[in-house]
Amino acid sequence: MKLKAAILGPGNIGIDLMIKILKRGNLELVMMAGIDPDSLGLKMAAERGIKTTTEAIHGILKEGNIDIVFDATGAKAHTMHAPMLKEAGIFAIDLTPAAVGPYCIPSVNMVTDSKVDNVNMVTCGGQATIPIVAAINSVTPVKYAEIVATLSSKSAGPGTRQNIDEFTETTAAALAKVGGAKQSKALIILNPAEPPLMMRNMIYCQCDTSEFDDIVKAIKAMVTKVQQYVPGYHLKVEPYVDSDYVVVAVEVEGAGDYLPKYSGNLDIITSAAVTIAENYATRKAGGAK
Amino acid sequence: MKHVRLVDTTLRDGMHAVSHTLTAGQMAVIAKGLDDAGVTTIEIGHGDGIGGSSRQYGFSRETDEAYFKAVSRVLTNAKWCTLLIPGIGTIEDLKVALEYGVGTVRVATHVTEADVSEQHIKFAKQAGIEAIGFLMMSHMAPVKKVVEQAKLMASYGADIIYITDSAGAMTPDEIKARISSVKSAVDQPVGFHAHNNLGLAIGNTLAALEAGASLVDGTVRGLGAGAGNSQLEVLTAVLDKMGYETGVNFYKLMDLGQELIDPIMHRPQIISNEALAIGYAGAYGSFLLHARRAAERFDVDARDILLEMGKRKAVGGQEDLIIDVAIELSKR
Repeated sequence: MKLKAAILGPGNIGIDLMIKILKRGNLELVMMAGIDPDSLGLKMAAERGIKTTTEAIHGILKEGNIDIVFDATGAKAHTMHAPMLKEAGIFAIDLTPAAVGPYCIPSVNMVTDSKVDNVNMVTCGGQATIPIVAAINSVTPVKYAEIVATLSSKSAGPGTRQNIDEFTETTAAALAKVGGAKQSKALIILNPAEPPLMMRNMIYCQCDTSEFDDIVKAIKAMVTKVQQYVPGYHLKVEPYVDSDYVVVAVEVEGAGDYLPKYSGNLDIITSAAVTIAENYATRKAGGAK
Repeated sequence: MKHVRLVDTTLRDGMHAVSHTLTAGQMAVIAKGLDDAGVTTIEIGHGDGIGGSSRQYGFSRETDEAYFKAVSRVLTNAKWCTLLIPGIGTIEDLKVALEYGVGTVRVATHVTEADVSEQHIKFAKQAGIEAIGFLMMSHMAPVKKVVEQAKLMASYGADIIYITDSAGAMTPDEIKARISSVKSAVDQPVGFHAHNNLGLAIGNTLAALEAGASLVDGTVRGLGAGAGNSQLEVLTAVLDKMGYETGVNFYKLMDLGQELIDPIMHRPQIISNEALAIGYAGAYGSFLLHARRAAERFDVDARDILLEMGKRKAVGGQEDLIIDVAIELSKR
């Protein structure tokens, strides 16, 4: 039996999640929840025969019998939703920067602890860069990791724009916590160029560069691992050494499920979220609960 | 007599030209000199504003806090100011500036992305300090768009709206069109920040004043990103001749330039070939030194990198793209 999932927040992320879940077919998407009856996301869900509600979290709780909720609202809203979902025994995948639960980057730290009922997806910049930092850190300790995420303006919705401080703070915290860097910093840039540019991430890691060959091997292996759930993830600048830094850039081409291919920033976080949900479903089917 | 408020940014934009190496002690001495010369607003810190110290833009010699602390102690009449680029600096960083009595924050966004400044402008107003909305790379958007974005910043509570020619790419007519349209669309005073890549910094500043700007930026010796900014002592003299009142003593500024700025300069502040390429291509001023470094590393012409950066419509802060461009050019 497939686990039943609902999406909370019918914006760009919610819509992309919906299309991915339907495409992959490993979960049963039963509801899309929002507040505005005119929202595009609710209309698109209704067109696909998915139940909708304008009562947000309350609509989901009323529906009942839901196993997993993807929360794509905002940081403040998720802070309110988290305890309600917990009480209802629903596994929460948090795509906001609220970070109530532990950070999860599927290629680095897939959360498999059955006691965890809420995981946080960090940020798109975190999903794109932390795997590389973790790969380098697996060879030699990363003293300082700095990342610069450049997004096309079109792909950055109001959520990202109003939470821009949270974006840099959450990404930096996860670079240390999940990536393993001793110190970290994250920067974000929005570029309005037309045609829109693909999501680009520069990664600078200060470390012992004497084992550079092993570092490159680890990075390449990690790229392959991420590509399993985000096929458009690839190296843009091959790793090179600049004094005591390893420098590398990755680009993320989206699958074009909802927004066009330049929105790789959307894809990388929604793909990661669906991967975690499927992993949870597999664990549950195996009697882990 | 018409009054003009001069904002000095030698200790912020000028940091680009010295790769952010000034010490807090050096900053304090220069800030005191500016205060003595009658400058009332002095912007300080890393060239990319609070939180700018990074591998991407260059690490500053000391922490933001060390600069804030040192400068705040020596000022008598002047207020100090900080730049905050959302995506680089955060409200948490601004709180540190508040501890040291910051008077003004300039919240800077790319000219089309004003909505990322909402949180920061509102926070500054709640904290009771002056907030300036700073539209960078204003040459990259048509007048109508600039006006729309200026209105957004005004709606968040900005006290002043700045048109910023970060690439030194605009001609006087382009400046006038932007300043006068914004001036008639918002109630707030309008400011202008020039760069000299096309040799027009002072001329464009005069054009801005003519079009209704009431605040303008300058730096002593013109020290700043790219070809530098409006040279403040020159601007002050020109404004004096034209009958503007600035409250600034240009003779004292000249002395300050000779005694304190000349010795710290890494190279003469001229319109180098690369700086001209920046102005011509409309690329971000602080790309200059990064392009030079990449040109050397990958054996290409820095001007070609900068022209390509302009073609790709790179915005402020995209120093990392210089590497891609240099690598691609080296393969051609």
